[in-house]
Amino acid sequence: MSLLRAEGLGKSYNSETKVLKDINFEIGTGEFVSIIGPSGAGKSTLLRCINRMVEFNEGKVIFNDLDVGNLNKKGLRKLRTNIGMIFQHYNLVPRLTVIENVLHGRFGYKTTLQGVLGRYTEEEKERAFFLLEKLGIEEHAYKRCDQLSGGQQQRVGICRALIQEPALVLCDEPIASLDPNSSKIIMDHLKSITSEMGITCLVNLHQVEVAQNYSDRIIGLKKGEIVFNGSSNLLSQEHIQNIYGSEAKDLIMV
Amino acid sequence: MTEKTMRKSRWQTTIFLAIIIILTYLSSAITEFNIIEGIATLPKAFSWIFANLMITPETFDRLPMILETLTETILMSIAATTTAAVISLFLGLFGSNTTKVNGVLSAFARFIASVSRNIPVVAWALVLLISFGQNSVTGFLALFVGTVGFLTRAFIESIDEASKSSVEALTATGATYFQIVYKAVIPQCLPQIISWILFMIETNIRNATLIGILTGTGIGYTFDLYYKTLNYNAVALVTLCIVITVIMIELFSNYIRRVIL
Repeated sequence: MSLLRAEGLGKSYNSETKVLKDINFEIGTGEFVSIIGPSGAGKSTLLRCINRMVEFNEGKVIFNDLDVGNLNKKGLRKLRTNIGMIFQHYNLVPRLTVIENVLHGRFGYKTTLQGVLGRYTEEEKERAFFLLEKLGIEEHAYKRCDQLSGGQQQRVGICRALIQEPALVLCDEPIASLDPNSSKIIMDHLKSITSEMGITCLVNLHQVEVAQNYSDRIIGLKKGEIVFNGSSNLLSQEHIQNIYGSEAKDLIMV
Repeated sequence: MTEKTMRKSRWQTTIFLAIIIILTYLSSAITEFNIIEGIATLPKAFSWIFANLMITPETFDRLPMILETLTETILMSIAATTTAAVISLFLGLFGSNTTKVNGVLSAFARFIASVSRNIPVVAWALVLLISFGQNSVTGFLALFVGTVGFLTRAFIESIDEASKSSVEALTATGATYFQIVYKAVIPQCLPQIISWILFMIETNIRNATLIGILTGTGIGYTFDLYYKTLNYNAVALVTLCIVITVIMIELFSNYIRRVIL
């Protein structure tokens, strides 16, 4: 059962350097997949090609039997509604309250006017509070987001993604700006999204050990090419060395 | 930095200073301006100011008339700024890289901003004077055009700086353009936008005095009238009123800024 498929995906920002070269992979429903690789390997670009936040030049992305590259504006909006996204810097609206930021995730289902006026149904509001409670931040619901800690803000980000009722959640280095404690909380929540709600997760990670502990499968990216794609327990020291281009013992493993 | 380049840079400073001194000397020689003579006349100028620009009790009879024209000027400045702010908000949204609709509109917005900003307000007033004549509409339009240019530029920067990340996030949720603008960009930029508008109101009240002299309206006209009829006591009172108003507006807008930021 494949949810997402990339075929010969290629992307270049200018004529000289190709950021992504001939990327092929397949992700099934309910999988938790991590993408690892050094900075500049193209992890963020790859993630953004899937919901076309970045336009790719070559190849195909198939999501739920839809050809992502051929969607018109309306189709693209519908696709994005179905894919949640979580960012390294949380990307909330800092001056608005937590609950407002969570409800922003419903915009994809609304007409422009409903969204602008902020008309949300009772079910949507109940769902928002349910998610906040699930992530343990319901007591902050009416606080402004810039008053929260990084870990709390990231949990608001997760709520915003989940209220979209997505089939897939893309996480772009969700724990790169967090301390080890908050990182663990966030990763546990992401894992439970997959195990309890059956939502597929595709996560960009810097930390190899975190990827090994949490993922079903790991994709290793190096200079825009996939150099490893397999179950996380198959990732050996040689693979890590190949991906990062240095001895594994020389890497800081957190 | 090696010793050689350091010595070179010290020489550069010396040469640079020498060039400035020569330029100053040349320009004062050409314009026949003698700086020592200029300084020497300062005491005389000040004694004239103190002798003539004194507010006498009789001048207070003119206060109601002065305050009336001053109010006209303040209201005109506020009206010009707020209407310009509405236009600038749209131009700012089109011109910003984060919220631009397409390249053509973005270039158009930046072009408008740059043209109206780089022509001085006084020049606008004189140009508009020819087509609209001596009335407050001319003054309003001159302030309006200059303000649109400045505010558009300021709004573009505020929008770019404040909302890049949340715009990205909301685009990824499938939100439409206007949903993003109303629910992410405007809430996030509002304090800066208000702050810029307040700044522009202050600036425009100052500019309005000058423009009033040219267009024959408001407090500028009153100033010009007393000045040309050699009524220096009244001129002093007008100046004092303007200074007090500008300071009050500045204090008031500083207070608003402190509350909203």
